Amino acid sequence: MDVIYEYRQILIEGTFVTISLAVLSLLLSIVLGLIGAFAQLSPRRGLRRAGNIYTVFVRSVPDLVLMMLIFFGGQTFVTQIGSLTGLWGYVEINQFVAGVLTLGFIFGAYMAETFRGAIMAIPRGQIEAAMAVGMTPSQIFRIVTWPQMVRFALPSFTNNWLVLVKSTALVSVIGLHDLVWNAFSAGRSTHQLFTFMVTVMVIYLIITAISDVLLRMVDRKYAAGVRKA
Amino acid sequence: MENERSFLEYLQSFSETRSPIDFILIYDNLGRFFDGALVTLQLTFLALLVGGLIAVPLAIARAYRKPVISPAIRIYTYVFCGTPLLVQVYLFYFGLGQFKAVQDSFLWDPILSSPWWCVIIAFTLNTAAYTTEFLRGAIEATPHGEVEAAKACGMSPFTRMRLVVLPNAFRRALPAYSNEVIFTLHGSVIASTVTLQDLLGVGRWLNGRYYLAYEGFLTAMVFYMAIVFLITFAFRLAEKRFLGHLRPRETPAPGAARVAA
Repeated sequence: MDVIYEYRQILIEGTFVTISLAVLSLLLSIVLGLIGAFAQLSPRRGLRRAGNIYTVFVRSVPDLVLMMLIFFGGQTFVTQIGSLTGLWGYVEINQFVAGVLTLGFIFGAYMAETFRGAIMAIPRGQIEAAMAVGMTPSQIFRIVTWPQMVRFALPSFTNNWLVLVKSTALVSVIGLHDLVWNAFSAGRSTHQLFTFMVTVMVIYLIITAISDVLLRMVDRKYAAGVRKA
Repeated sequence: MENERSFLEYLQSFSETRSPIDFILIYDNLGRFFDGALVTLQLTFLALLVGGLIAVPLAIARAYRKPVISPAIRIYTYVFCGTPLLVQVYLFYFGLGQFKAVQDSFLWDPILSSPWWCVIIAFTLNTAAYTTEFLRGAIEATPHGEVEAAKACGMSPFTRMRLVVLPNAFRRALPAYSNEVIFTLHGSVIASTVTLQDLLGVGRWLNGRYYLAYEGFLTAMVFYMAIVFLITFAFRLAEKRFLGHLRPRETPAPGAARVAA
């Protein structure tokens, strides 16, 4: 345990990177998820099809494969575009950005499914009533759809978040200095990898326990006025 | 006749002139990708098989709230479901070597020092943890009447479990299990981080060897997609077979009924 205390600084830094990566990817995935959900529910066939392709594609490809494709392939792709158009030279994609983009893109698809289910759970009559009293589409979304959607989506959203937190560990494979990477290098130099890996597991469990408490608070807020069975 | 070219020649000229992706290179290394797919499938299904066998007794113990055993299993599933699979693989592959006793034990040489075994152990424990939890839910959802009926028929607890509770719990768990199979397949890419040549491992090898950016990953991606579609298809068939009684019944149109009669 002394080793852990000795290396506490590097572990705390790594935890911070992991948490900020997870939170930023979550924000991106919420945006993409909302776009995906509304695309899938839209009356236009092209949009519906695009939304479906997005979710089916993401759910069939492993996250690490996509991450490597975006990190290594994306770098070459952007550089090639730059040299073709002559606008920019060699571009280096930062691992953090690649991680946020990949995780946001992947979990956007899962969020889209979550949100689609939640929107469909709202009785159609409420939307019609909102239109009948003359609300604008943005008002309908803010006042009618959103508050109920959050309530319906929350259980599945919580699950997605927990999976997302665990997926952040993969960015260590493309070299981002997150919790796993830092603990791995510290463990390797001290020949105490077991101790460090167990510590990493404990830190992940603490993160999930804390987010469990926070999400329960959100649930209490949005479930106000709902009678429990 | 002269402007008739074989598909391969067309592919070659396309790769060399217009496409940013070298298809010929992929075609030449296709054999390796099939080998990689074999490793991926082997890891996935071996872990699923052994993990599933472990999960059944654990789920029963959890569902019937056996004192001491049930909380102990809960701790196991909580840890393995709550931490990244990557860290679990690292724990077994890199971590166990920390202990002199493990290195000296008879298990070290053939098993615990090989990446293949460590990956299998980690995957198995991981999928067993997830399977235990949703199987427990399926067992707990057994309608009480079914158990009462089985008791009334004079079935022993073991027969009841074998003929009534488990078959129906498996049926209820089938949709969740299809997700678990796909997640295990997706998780198996982690094998490539500990030097195993699975699908992603082959893709990484190809990219590293020829200094490429897309080809290896894209090919691996297509293989993974194909496998996922096959799995989804297989589960759809299985659901049709085992969950047929739950499908919404098609009420025949009045005219059609008369024709049938």
